[in-house]
Amino acid sequence: MTLFLLRRLLQTVNVLFIMSLLVFVGIYAVGNPLDMLVDPQATRADVARVAAALGLDQPVWVQYGRFLANALRGDLGNSFLHGTPALQLILQRLPATLELAVSALLIAVLLGIPLGLWAGLRPDSASGKTIMAGSILGFSLPTFWVGLMLIMVFSVYLGWLPSGGRGPTREVLGMHWSLLGAEGWRHVLLPALNLALFKLALVIRLTQSGTREALLQDYVRFARAKGLAPRRIVGVHVLKNIMIPVITVVGLEFGTLIAFSVVTESIFAWPGIGKLLLDSITLLDRPVVVAYLLLIVLIYTLISLVVDVLYAALDPRVRLAGGQAA
Amino acid sequence: MSTPAAQDLQTLLRVERLTTRFRTRGGDVTAVNELSFELAAGEILGLVGESGSGKSMTGYSLLDLVDPPGYIAGGSVRLRGRELRGLPAKDWQALRGDRIAMIFQDPMLTLNPVLRIDTQMVETVLAHRRLTRAEALHRAHAALVRVGIPAAGERLRSYPHQLSGGMRQRVAIAIALLNEPDLIIADEPTTALDVTIQAQILYEMQTLCREAGAGLIWITHDLSVVAGLADRVCVMYAGRIVEQGSTAQVLESPAHPYTRGLLDSTPAAALARGHRRGEALRPIPGAAPPLAALPAGCAFHPRCARADEQCLPPPPQAEPASGQRALCWHPLPPGAALSGPAASLEAP
Repeated sequence: MTLFLLRRLLQTVNVLFIMSLLVFVGIYAVGNPLDMLVDPQATRADVARVAAALGLDQPVWVQYGRFLANALRGDLGNSFLHGTPALQLILQRLPATLELAVSALLIAVLLGIPLGLWAGLRPDSASGKTIMAGSILGFSLPTFWVGLMLIMVFSVYLGWLPSGGRGPTREVLGMHWSLLGAEGWRHVLLPALNLALFKLALVIRLTQSGTREALLQDYVRFARAKGLAPRRIVGVHVLKNIMIPVITVVGLEFGTLIAFSVVTESIFAWPGIGKLLLDSITLLDRPVVVAYLLLIVLIYTLISLVVDVLYAALDPRVRLAGGQAA
Repeated sequence: MSTPAAQDLQTLLRVERLTTRFRTRGGDVTAVNELSFELAAGEILGLVGESGSGKSMTGYSLLDLVDPPGYIAGGSVRLRGRELRGLPAKDWQALRGDRIAMIFQDPMLTLNPVLRIDTQMVETVLAHRRLTRAEALHRAHAALVRVGIPAAGERLRSYPHQLSGGMRQRVAIAIALLNEPDLIIADEPTTALDVTIQAQILYEMQTLCREAGAGLIWITHDLSVVAGLADRVCVMYAGRIVEQGSTAQVLESPAHPYTRGLLDSTPAAALARGHRRGEALRPIPGAAPPLAALPAGCAFHPRCARADEQCLPPPPQAEPASGQRALCWHPLPPGAALSGPAASLEAP
């Protein structure tokens, strides 16, 4: 287990390094941030002064070397635009995105698994077919359109829920959280539903196909031959087997929920990191983009670590690589 | 008084005209066709047939475990005189694993891979008995010891993948024995195992059933297994029992040409019957017919050397000896010599 964690840590450091290099070079190739930052009317001397201040007068490898040296000390640089540390800028907005992503994940799992089970147990019933048809809609309707429709129906016509923002926040551990109050939940409901729709469809389909497959297995027939109640056969024998693929996919999808909820955040004016990333890319605010992507890599690594541990806990045949041989 | 019910009390299982069909696009297909047989307590019945003869489906039908599109179309199954056909699902659930247990063919697939052995055993006890978990665990341990599993306590905490195929099948047998059932249906439980393990398990099953007085239906395609194990034998062909009788009757003087054909194509049995070593075995010509397109009359007649025009209407039940029955127009006379050379058996 220790060896497994150590190996994972090493891999993560590798990925972080490669990621930073790619982003650094990529943004350098896209354009010169000075064009965006400095008033076109500014004199050559002014431009040179700004360039020197930001370190942009140096060749790119020197810039990268400086970044790397600073990064090893935990300093990912200041935003070109705001002048404040890039990491701080991101962390300020991270809670909003985390709240949105976790809510969406909860919706996808808590609705998706029961619906998928139901559809898998009764594939030929009207309800089962309706669920599966609905999941196709979840896959194919574009997120932005569904978001707009949700706002139209629930905010404009019915007036039940707010159309944007995240409501009042409360500070805990130096970060601002909105889900600590009822008003926050009212605000998160629509964007979370919007963000969850695609994942919900995915979880339904995974659970449904897993259930149908598991029901054909000998161990289910044997469980019936043992005289177990249907509730136990489905709730223990089937569910535990289908949770293995579901956990894997859901874990990885959680990463994309955090990293790429840009569309939903834009529609619902959700002050998360997605919006920040978009702005930073437009303005070639390199430190923020680099810091953002490094953070996402970290989050992904963490999630896949949790998935692997859960996987080993669920499936006794899996032993974490690097652990003792079973 | 000798009412039918009183007779049924001595008979553990009485199956009458049990029929199982499958709904297909081309109409219903009969997989189990008017099966009738009886089983006494403590008796071992061998149910023999080729793959596709309906022997496994017979096992599932007895437990009401036929999955759609299959369904039980008719007949009667009585356990200790109690009619089981038409019982509500709740009653079946109470019967399965308690009064009737089943063991499946492939031990690699019958145990749930993600649940520990103790979980899978304890749940079987608790489904039928009001016991504490500790008591159930104690029972599970005893059952593992009974089927000859060493270090049973340790095995209880294992997952199926940590056990060998033979061990897993022993666990499955232990699960079947947990609630001391009246009837055990074993569907080729040793086919996937080494011969040495097979012999051990056969011996153990025989002993366990004799001790517990449980009836055992052993489904197999292997006549040599039946020879050493069963008291009585039913031979199935195309969904029907074509011959039944005591093991000695059926194996030593078969009346049905199909049984004879099976014996002649089994190396050990053929040798015992005077077949010379090195001489070619005589396989039954042709292949078992698809259930959807059974020949008229006796389903075996296109492959049968004794067949003539008379075999086109459904065959009668011949009774060549007391307790031995064969579904045939031209049963073999008792003690007949080996059938003619293979060439003359060529099907048209």
